[in-house]
Amino acid sequence: MKRSFIANNPSVLIFIACLGLFTLGVTLMSEAFGTAVISTSFVKTLGKTLCLCLVAIAMDLVWGYCGILSLGHFAFFGLGGYMIGMWLMYARTEQIVVASLANAEIPPTAQEVTDAIGNQIFGVVGGSDFPAIWAFADSLAIQLALVVLVPGLLALVFGWLAFRSRVTGVYLSILTQAMTLALSLYLFQNDSGLRGNNGLSGLQNIPGAEAIPQSEISIYFFWASALALLLGYLLAAWVVSGKFGSVVRGIRDDEARVRFLGYSVEGYKLFVFTLTAVIAGIAGALYYPQAGIINPAEIAPIASIYLAVWVAIGGRGRLYGAVIGAATVSLLSSWFTGGQAPSINLGFYTIDWVDWWLVLLGFSFVLVTLFAPKGIGGLFDYLVRKGDAK
Amino acid sequence: MSALLEVSGVSVSFDGFKAINNLSFQIGPAELRAVIGPNGAGKTTFMDIVTGKTRPDEGSVLWGEKSQNLLKMSEARIAQAGVGRKFQRPTVFEDQSVFDNLLMALKNERGPLEVLFYKRSRADDARVEALAEEIGLADQLHRTSGELSHGQKQWLEIGMLLAQEPRLLLVDEPAAGMTLAEREHTTDLLREAAKTRAVVVVEHDMEFVRRLGCKVTVLHEGSVLAEGSIDHVTQDPQVIEVYLGR
Repeated sequence: MKRSFIANNPSVLIFIACLGLFTLGVTLMSEAFGTAVISTSFVKTLGKTLCLCLVAIAMDLVWGYCGILSLGHFAFFGLGGYMIGMWLMYARTEQIVVASLANAEIPPTAQEVTDAIGNQIFGVVGGSDFPAIWAFADSLAIQLALVVLVPGLLALVFGWLAFRSRVTGVYLSILTQAMTLALSLYLFQNDSGLRGNNGLSGLQNIPGAEAIPQSEISIYFFWASALALLLGYLLAAWVVSGKFGSVVRGIRDDEARVRFLGYSVEGYKLFVFTLTAVIAGIAGALYYPQAGIINPAEIAPIASIYLAVWVAIGGRGRLYGAVIGAATVSLLSSWFTGGQAPSINLGFYTIDWVDWWLVLLGFSFVLVTLFAPKGIGGLFDYLVRKGDAK
Repeated sequence: MSALLEVSGVSVSFDGFKAINNLSFQIGPAELRAVIGPNGAGKTTFMDIVTGKTRPDEGSVLWGEKSQNLLKMSEARIAQAGVGRKFQRPTVFEDQSVFDNLLMALKNERGPLEVLFYKRSRADDARVEALAEEIGLADQLHRTSGELSHGQKQWLEIGMLLAQEPRLLLVDEPAAGMTLAEREHTTDLLREAAKTRAVVVVEHDMEFVRRLGCKVTVLHEGSVLAEGSIDHVTQDPQVIEVYLGR
């Protein structure tokens, strides 16, 4: 009766194999460690895609398994990015400032250095003083802890308030949209302390690693993203297998019934909501150093809706579905909007994919919802059943 | 013998309509009781109040030897304290196996962390198998419960209730939609369960209630109209007028 975790989850093994081969393949084709078939910028795109797959897994956990349609998980992703971005920007600016003041006749005081850094970072929004939230920006360790703590605490407080009042279904979705919108609007303000709509930039320059070319750094981040995705997948697979998974799926299907079994539904929801917010934060912290820039537009409500679309297209309630959905749709999206997709000339009208991609995406979402509610992942079920029938 | 559950002077109204009106009810620790009454008599609301789903406007609901106040507890806490409820329509988790359904219901720690790190023990496996035997689903353990017949789902739900090891079982119309043979099995299950715990059966079907052979409480317009043996209440002129006479 008892079987090991892997034996109960054959898809985990397949996933590990696929991810391993993919990582090896990209490494061997990279500019830094291989044949330079794929460019550094494309390595970054792929690394970012892995981070998006990780946040999609978080979304699948909270929505596909627990039934909470959160349309605010990109806020947690963005916050993770901002937290690591603060250290990256501070440490990098500090180096530049110290280097430029090195030739000064009188050695600069610590205060002068701090002021100069503040000037560099906040000059663009007309300030030079460090806001209180930058208090720990000089410490990598603390900012790394904040990558987990800030999204985690926000989710804990928000979730506690929402779940305790038994807000469910579409009302909860609206509430999460409001959360991410409010956060994004707040960050757009110049005096938010995070440089308003300029956001944080230059994040691809890793302080202390100037000697290492971007081609190599991109591979390191790619590896880190792959590792994070692997660990996230294993964690999620472990969480949804076994009794916890049973309870969580029970909550999705019939919340009241689970309550009458004696489980505190609110506690479970809060746990899943917070856990997935933390995963999203970590994914964001890996994503933005590869993207190089983060600004409040990243956590606009639409971003979280995309996240739900990826998971729906990939197939919710199955972890590999989330990965497939996020990878496929986000890569297609960057292909279509990047101008690479050939325009279609109809004679009287030219379909320009940069404009029409969203229409195509919206249309596919409608089609998937209507005709393949299990998404791309449902296709695997179908194939497996067909194989069994033979 | 002190009562396990003591409901006294409870009233609740929805938008001015008094669903429960100064209702008092008692049941001992090992007793089978049928609650009957016409539609709108407040049977379901009564169960909602005991299980914590609905909060009454006034009155008290006391539980157990320590006379805990159930009105101050959440649904989950009440369930943990030992009140199990079976709904009218069978509600099992359809996309999970019979085994998983029973395991989820099995009396154990209920906190998220305990459940996350829960390891199935041999004792738990044995318990689930024994329960499956009792409800006649021993050979169906690994079937998805959505594939079961209506009657089997009812039993699975009763099995889940027994797995919770409740001290009080509230059962809403267990015989609805069952065949004669299934009814007999259900009667046996309930009578067996009532040997060690309190069982309240809410039922429409007079034949089924007669078969249970227990004390009957008749509800009407939110309060108790009559109480006693089935023969006693069916001869009560008031009961005949409001319920049987229709």
